[in-house]
Amino acid sequence: MRHEVRFSGFGGQGIILSAVILGRAAALYDDKHVVQTQVYGPEARGGASMSAVIIDDEPILYPKVRDPDTYVIMSQQGFEKYGSNPRKDAVMLLDSDLVHDRPSCPWVGIAATGVAKKELGREIVANIIMLGALSSATPVISGKALEKAILDSVPKGTEELNLKAMKRGQELGSAGGSS
Amino acid sequence: MQGNIASAEGALAAGCTFFGGYPITPSTEVAEHMAARMPKIKGSCFIQMEDEIASMAAIIGAAWTGARSMTATSGPGFSLMMENIGYAVMTETPCVLVNIQRGGPSTGQPTMGAQGDMMQVRFGSHGDYSIIALCPSSVQECFDLTAKAFNLADRFRTPVFLMADEVIGHMREKLEIPDSVEIVRPKTLPEGMLPFTPGPDGVPGFAPFGTGRYTHVTGLTHDERGYPDTTNPARHDALVRRLVSKIEDARHEIADYTIVNEDAEYVFVCYGAPVRTVKEVVDKRKVPKTGYLQLRIVWPFPEELLKRFPKCRAFIVPEMNLGMIVREVGRHVKIPVIPVSRIGGELHTPEDLIEAVKIAESTT
Amino acid sequence: MRDEWFRADRLPHIYCAGCGNGTIVNCVLEAVSMTGWDRKNTVFLSGIGCSSRAPGYILTDSLHTTHGRAIAFATGVKMADPSLHVVVFTGDGDLAAIGGNHFIHACRRNIDLTVVCMNNHIYGMTGGQGSPTTPLGKTSTTTPYGASETPFDLVDLAVAAGANYVARWTSFHVKQLTEAVLNGLNTPGFSLIEVRCQCPTSYGRRNKYREPVDYITHLKAHAILKDKWESMEKSGQDMPADSFPVGEFVRRARPVMGVPDEA
Repeated sequence: MRHEVRFSGFGGQGIILSAVILGRAAALYDDKHVVQTQVYGPEARGGASMSAVIIDDEPILYPKVRDPDTYVIMSQQGFEKYGSNPRKDAVMLLDSDLVHDRPSCPWVGIAATGVAKKELGREIVANIIMLGALSSATPVISGKALEKAILDSVPKGTEELNLKAMKRGQELGSAGGSS
Repeated sequence: MQGNIASAEGALAAGCTFFGGYPITPSTEVAEHMAARMPKIKGSCFIQMEDEIASMAAIIGAAWTGARSMTATSGPGFSLMMENIGYAVMTETPCVLVNIQRGGPSTGQPTMGAQGDMMQVRFGSHGDYSIIALCPSSVQECFDLTAKAFNLADRFRTPVFLMADEVIGHMREKLEIPDSVEIVRPKTLPEGMLPFTPGPDGVPGFAPFGTGRYTHVTGLTHDERGYPDTTNPARHDALVRRLVSKIEDARHEIADYTIVNEDAEYVFVCYGAPVRTVKEVVDKRKVPKTGYLQLRIVWPFPEELLKRFPKCRAFIVPEMNLGMIVREVGRHVKIPVIPVSRIGGELHTPEDLIEAVKIAESTT
Repeated sequence: MRDEWFRADRLPHIYCAGCGNGTIVNCVLEAVSMTGWDRKNTVFLSGIGCSSRAPGYILTDSLHTTHGRAIAFATGVKMADPSLHVVVFTGDGDLAAIGGNHFIHACRRNIDLTVVCMNNHIYGMTGGQGSPTTPLGKTSTTTPYGASETPFDLVDLAVAAGANYVARWTSFHVKQLTEAVLNGLNTPGFSLIEVRCQCPTSYGRRNKYREPVDYITHLKAHAILKDKWESMEKSGQDMPADSFPVGEFVRRARPVMGVPDEA
């Protein structure tokens, strides 16, 4: 099974880190072939950033994602630049607090930024909520692999917060999200 | 793991103990990784120099103490290194440069991939010379070829270049790190031999500083003692021809390549990131009548390999520049050679290459 | 002792008759032979220019590098193998123009090098062009109507940038110069010894010091000992035209780089 996943948002949301965590989860803990790439501009904060992951049972040759089956979109600008023209059978997870438009393909709204801020007290974990939702709402990655990859990747002392964010995301994802 | 980090790890596995560098996108992760790793390795030194001119100077100085030394840069930084690259060539200093190519000219596209420095690496410093350039197309090759670059540098006593690109340098994929890598250090200078008297392969033995051989090293045209002799035409002719031929004469022996479908009628000649698209087209989609030659060592150019495709009707050369190595291919064959040029930072798509095959079919 | 350090098979040398560089090389070798250093572990480096030919006449490992870059090369040598003693010969153009950035950064790092700058105020090798130390009003092939740019003070530069040892003498002050070089060699960290010297061929000829002795006499007459210079400054005296202070300007123990580990 092959998945092409595209993440987009603004610099500072952890868009590239999300793809790195997903790639690590699939490569090291789901034993898949993985290639992770990104497009970024000069801004470290703001702007529209994009990262992508290909997960496949076979070796991956052409490394760029061109026609994703799965999207994780975390800003309106990111939606416009990288998410406005999905294929019909794609699935899009979007941060319903920050993305105003809705795509033509099936989608799941996750109030990640709001939940991160109000329930967890740290806006920074919104991307982990999105990853949690990805693991429950789509077949892209197993929850177990994701959990291990998150623990590998986040700063020491923040493991509990991040796992909480992941679990909250999984709940929101299985509930089918909000509008 | 990221290509840039894999390259740094490949260097460390090969015993690189000196890194001099200057931050520049998209190569910076190489320096950052060395800065984190080297202080924990006894006898190793990471130093951030004041610019790329100084970085190149420092790694040459370090190499003359016998250390395996390296720098990493991109775009404008590579241009600044040209002066001392020529010095390393003339003084036969083994060292490794990693160039994570980005869009140029000038500051161009710092965060986007390109292969626009392929002629600069070969001809960019003034005067006649030759170098060795390796091009990885995967994270694994970033590791393997960086380690290999050190052996080639030592064997031929020349600067060796890992000509990667932003696409590969910033891509993450699985890397398998071997327990150990092959390490071949330079021949030592035999007792009684002058420091620049060549061996049978055209390469002199090496006597690093501190070994009591009192070597004088100069960028001026010099005799076998290393003493300047700048007005004798025969001296200069013999020295520079030797510097070129010690590398060019070994080009087929050191060639590192993959050939797929020798019976192909349309053959891609590729290196670096576009190899990925070529493999997608030939290996995976199995577009009929196609094959490829992947070069992991682009310079010196192993032109004999082009003869390995007896049924070839046209060579197709996809590059992330406006046509560089395509000229080298064209120089050696009498059949059509078709460039597929892509600049702007995006890799060729499989459709780009399939289209090129169609054009080749219709014109040959 | 000094003779042991000479590469006799390199003679004749390229320096003009009356050039100040030979005197300076002599003083440096005298100082080096006083350190008791092993020739095997001593490396001389240089950039480009007349000064930079000096290492070629010395029987040690030596690196004659590119214009202005000697200190950057030396940084690589010293950091890769701190057990080596590293000395750099340079000139005013090499050090202060094309190599100015490497110079101040090596001072900042306070890397353990001794740099001897032969300052003859001119690009001698290329035939007498103005340099960053050509005094105001002096003639060179690129300042035919007199230099109009304010020159650098190399000593002030090194002190401000953080070097641990800084001294200035002239090719007349042979004894003091030798002692200053020895102090520089023995001081951990970056040492600069500026030596004002004559270039009768390219500088003297255009500036009324045609005979070598003319400029040595000028240097002797205009070099004022640092202490005297400072007291003159304090008392508000006018400084004599073309005069400059000589002596030891700084000797300190800022943190250094490139010295062997204690262990």
